[in-house]
Amino acid sequence: MKRAGFTTRWLPILLLVPQLLIIAVFFYWPAAHAVHSSLYLQDPFGFGSTYVGMDNYTDLANSTEYMKVGRFTLIFTLLVTFFSLSLALLLAVKADSVIRGAKTYRTLLMWVYAVAPPVAGFIGVLMFNQSWGPLTELARSIGWDFKLGVNFNDTATAMVLVSVWKQVPVNFIFFLSGLQAIPKSVREAALIDNGSATRRFWDVTFPLLAPTGFFLLIINITYSLFDTFGIIDTLVKGEPGNNPMTLVYKVYVDGFRGNDLGGSSAQSVVLMVLVLALTVFQFRLVERRIHYT
Amino acid sequence: MTDITHIPARPIKWSTVLDHAILITGALFMLIPMLMVLQTVTTTDVQTIRNGPEFVIGDQFGANFYKAMFEASGFSGENSGTSMLINSMILGLGFALGKIVIGMMAAYALVYFRLRFATFAFWLIFTTLLLPLEVRILPSYEVAQKLGLLNTYTGLIVPLIASATATFFFRQYFRSIPEELVEAARIDGAGPIKFFIDILMPLSQTMIAAMFIIMFVYGWNQYLWPTMITTEEGMYTLVRGIKQITQDFEGNNIPEYGRANMLALIAILPPVAVVIFFQSWFVKGLTESDK
Repeated sequence: MKRAGFTTRWLPILLLVPQLLIIAVFFYWPAAHAVHSSLYLQDPFGFGSTYVGMDNYTDLANSTEYMKVGRFTLIFTLLVTFFSLSLALLLAVKADSVIRGAKTYRTLLMWVYAVAPPVAGFIGVLMFNQSWGPLTELARSIGWDFKLGVNFNDTATAMVLVSVWKQVPVNFIFFLSGLQAIPKSVREAALIDNGSATRRFWDVTFPLLAPTGFFLLIINITYSLFDTFGIIDTLVKGEPGNNPMTLVYKVYVDGFRGNDLGGSSAQSVVLMVLVLALTVFQFRLVERRIHYT
Repeated sequence: MTDITHIPARPIKWSTVLDHAILITGALFMLIPMLMVLQTVTTTDVQTIRNGPEFVIGDQFGANFYKAMFEASGFSGENSGTSMLINSMILGLGFALGKIVIGMMAAYALVYFRLRFATFAFWLIFTTLLLPLEVRILPSYEVAQKLGLLNTYTGLIVPLIASATATFFFRQYFRSIPEELVEAARIDGAGPIKFFIDILMPLSQTMIAAMFIIMFVYGWNQYLWPTMITTEEGMYTLVRGIKQITQDFEGNNIPEYGRANMLALIAILPPVAVVIFFQSWFVKGLTESDK
């Protein structure tokens, strides 16, 4: 709050009411509801529910399938985060160094930001079409019989590829603006001290980009966990079957298809705790970032 | 940059060539899937099935466009491209507008007023940044159902506004505006409403534009929530309709690639055009939000 504020009493309350009302109804109520129903066992036909305490959670902990989905989510998140960050960094460094066509490259590399995840997944379905998909043919030419939606690893590969395609632009925009914020004097000083462009990058540019990188790391993890829902749903064509899925997708599948409300709610609560932990981690990083910049 | 080193002029600098090669490869990686979609909307479905994407531009663009916009699939026959386009527009614009109006109001109250419960309200609002809709999707659906909001525009838009991204953004921005401005306004006798409309609004123009672009794209691209809340085909948005289109590929005898790809194209174009045309605002808004 600014020190010199207005002292009117009724106006700020009136201004806050719409926001508070919406989050009360569509945030706090559902969140409380999730915690509540995670403690109950719902009758599949909707006739009632019984209090089962922590049973839904212990069921999760003992479920080999849930653990398998968790492991896949972890690997998926690591791959997507690593590839989209490193690819975007490479492209941003190059786009920052070229003089001719810099603006055109910028546009060509960032427009995919605006493509919706399920539409990206849809394009993936076309690219990996069993009979004529360009990427299926490319895979076939090196002897890889690619089967989207049938083979677990092939489907997982497609998921990672499409997710990276969708996420590179965001990282690119942030890295590029981070690079452009490095003062000219610093660059020139580095140029005088060090002849090798590679060494200059790792000794000067990379550390200066670290705050942006930390921020993007969290953004990318959150993206892989939650925003890839649309990509996964279209790539498996709504048929989870034997296909790989992430934790968020499982919440949806169990809750909506399986009608296991208690189990699905328990999964929601587990995810909430996960996100909270990530956020606390992020805040601590941001605090430290203030200290050394 | 490299000019400073004064290397005697050489015809070609290989490092620059390599830089361009990398950038072109990156641009192609982004572009090729889109080019494939563009090619398949100009040919007939039979051609696509027989030959796959080729380096040929067909003459079926108009026919495919007509099919996509005016012919409906599904049971009710209500989800033509036109109706889905209108729904997407309502969702994108309604979401952006709602988010900005509610966010600006709340941020103004938090930054410029002395409130006893300000800290409490702040935490209440900003906790919502921590939990995305995806993790509380089922209970949110139940709440919307209890309130009778299924298959309504209110149900489509309002629950999505229940995360305080815009509020947070405007709060940061308002705090960066010099305090002397409020003092000067108060000395001149301006009340809080006058200050908001005559001083703060004009100052925030660029920020509002940037927010609007980001929020429009975000709203337009929503998938999970529209999938759950709309079951009537007349309420489908383009992005929500994508799933049904993909499932149609599995069932039909001849998959309608021309129509489906055209719908995907129509779903992609408006947000992409907005991002490209208002690039500098958009980039500013996006990168500013991390501070």
